[in-house]
Amino acid sequence: MTTNPNEPFRDGRIALSLAGEIAAASAGRRYKIMEICGTHTMSISRNGIRSLLPENVELVSGPGCPVCVTAQGDIDLFFDIIDKGASVVTFGDLLKIPGSDGRTLSSARAAGADVRVVYSPLDALKHAEAEPDKNFVFLGVGFETTAPAIAFLAKTAMEKGLKNLSVLSLCKTMPEVISVLLKDPELKLDGFLCPGHVTAVTGISLYEGVAASGKAAVVAGFEPVEILDAVLEIVRRVNSGDFRIVNKYKRVVSDGGSPAARAMLDEVFLPETVSWRGLGMLMGSGLRFRDEYAPWDAKKVFGLESRPVDEIKGCKCGSVLTGKIRPDECPLFGRACTAETPVGPCMVSSEGTCAAYYKFIR
Amino acid sequence: MSEKLVTMSLGGGGKQTSDFIKDVIIKNFSNDIISVMADAAHVDTSSRSAFTTDSFVVKPEFFDGGNIGKLAVCGTVNDLAVSGAKPEYLSFALIVAEGYPLDNLEKIIISAAETAKEAGVKIVCGDTKVVERGGLDGVILNTAGLGRVIKNLNDYSAVSAGDKVVITSDIARHGMSVMLARGDLGFSGSVASDCAPLNGMLEKIYAFDVKFARDATRGGLAAVLNEISEKSGLGFDINEESLPVRRDVAELCEILGFDPLSVANEGAAVLVVSEKDCPKVMDCITNTPYGERAAVIGAVTDSGRVVLRTKIGGTRYVDMPPGELLPRIC
Repeated sequence: MTTNPNEPFRDGRIALSLAGEIAAASAGRRYKIMEICGTHTMSISRNGIRSLLPENVELVSGPGCPVCVTAQGDIDLFFDIIDKGASVVTFGDLLKIPGSDGRTLSSARAAGADVRVVYSPLDALKHAEAEPDKNFVFLGVGFETTAPAIAFLAKTAMEKGLKNLSVLSLCKTMPEVISVLLKDPELKLDGFLCPGHVTAVTGISLYEGVAASGKAAVVAGFEPVEILDAVLEIVRRVNSGDFRIVNKYKRVVSDGGSPAARAMLDEVFLPETVSWRGLGMLMGSGLRFRDEYAPWDAKKVFGLESRPVDEIKGCKCGSVLTGKIRPDECPLFGRACTAETPVGPCMVSSEGTCAAYYKFIR
Repeated sequence: MSEKLVTMSLGGGGKQTSDFIKDVIIKNFSNDIISVMADAAHVDTSSRSAFTTDSFVVKPEFFDGGNIGKLAVCGTVNDLAVSGAKPEYLSFALIVAEGYPLDNLEKIIISAAETAKEAGVKIVCGDTKVVERGGLDGVILNTAGLGRVIKNLNDYSAVSAGDKVVITSDIARHGMSVMLARGDLGFSGSVASDCAPLNGMLEKIYAFDVKFARDATRGGLAAVLNEISEKSGLGFDINEESLPVRRDVAELCEILGFDPLSVANEGAAVLVVSEKDCPKVMDCITNTPYGERAAVIGAVTDSGRVVLRTKIGGTRYVDMPPGELLPRIC
């Protein structure tokens, strides 16, 4: 059997020595570092990374989980689709998110709706081809990482001339939300632990604004040693005042990102101003289908329109998403909102900040 | 030749039913009690007895390392064995969909019979029903089991801080085996389920100071540890480094976003053992075929929480797993 290439990045001795270096380098100052990727959030929690950091180095979770930032009005579209009699194809993460009327995809399935869970967007093709008499809709939620695969699904459906498959694009992009976070006076951040997966598509130029505003931007992988190494790098950048963007995930991410993936996004999508949970309308931060994709655009096929819906009362996902409060500071956390009966998407998604807190830290 | 299928008359009580019982059920389960073919099996229960029942619905019915028939026997045998009883008699109720391939049904029954033989239990009574097409998909089995109590391993109050925690096998194989057998994840290859009767192994350790035992089935190791913690008010300190997980299984879990601690097993039991007897228990278990990979994974604490010491030296809580395991988004 070959060696798992991640193994060296899980080494306990290296992790402990990095933790020691962080403690030494950070002495005498507070550091607030935001991660903006759900996979980072989960890895930090799952590996107990916070327990290795000194108290003055704080990791806060930003809007890094694509499910969590989906506006309630957009989530409600899932149930509009079901009510129109279509079969829904989805990632597992979306199954338990409550709509405004209290339904979840899971409860809708129990009530007879056809809901299929897939691991890859392209699996939707298999369902559509195998059952031509059913009308399938893929629920497309994701950032730059997942959006190219969702674009490729629509493109393939078009090339195959499939008439019974469309895609609901709720895809979002990172640039605008990062500049909104940078402008937020309540958020006193020292740096970003930048998402390796997203950067693999966008390239490191995504963080030019971060560097220009005097904050550290370090691209990191997802193994514990990589995260600790990136935290140390952020502390050092802040101490030195030299905020050039650092790519610590070169084993996967090239500085230029993936032109092919970006071309795929360009070919299929156009930027659109969309609503983010807790953040409101963000200019050019969504991806809608180009007009030639109309026959595969679920919004057009079913005449769907997102309604402006208030988020569920008391739910503080918005403040959690922007790192203003910790999940346990939300009045619903652990009471009305638990992993078994989630209220907000931050608790539902396996990569959500509240879910990670509830599962590993609470 | 076309495949023979189950028809409604198989469960109708007529000639087909009686032929099926004779040629498939009695032939395979053959023992002195079932062959009497009475309305009820007569068995000796003169000592303190343990009694349990479980129903089995697994899709697909066949997976690498077993099938629903083997599972139905192991599940009930193991429930008896971890409670401290020697399994003796099993019932076997079969509910099958009209149109189900008869060959597959026979394979399931042969597999159940072989497993019962290995476990040294007699299947003494049973039932067969057929459900109309559309009312059921595949096969549902129910087994009830009767055993002789040798030692009480159900007592939460026997657990105390400082006791050691043993897992008798590597974890997460059954859940991943079934997940792969479903074939809808786009992965080729397979993982053999750990499905196995554990009574032979567990009988060997009743003589030692074992405080508590439970098989880590649905919900995996995480569910068992949380149950014990909740009922006893005690906690656990578990060392991730010493958790036995096969590498292919660990990597598959990682790709799909599952925590191996929450994935089902069908041949792994959690034992709480006094510190003094732990080496003897380990010696005993690791010398049995289903216990080769047993490991001491941690200790009981009075923290009231299940804490995992991660490989990198951090700590985190292990929570009760959610009801349904779902592959994650990216």
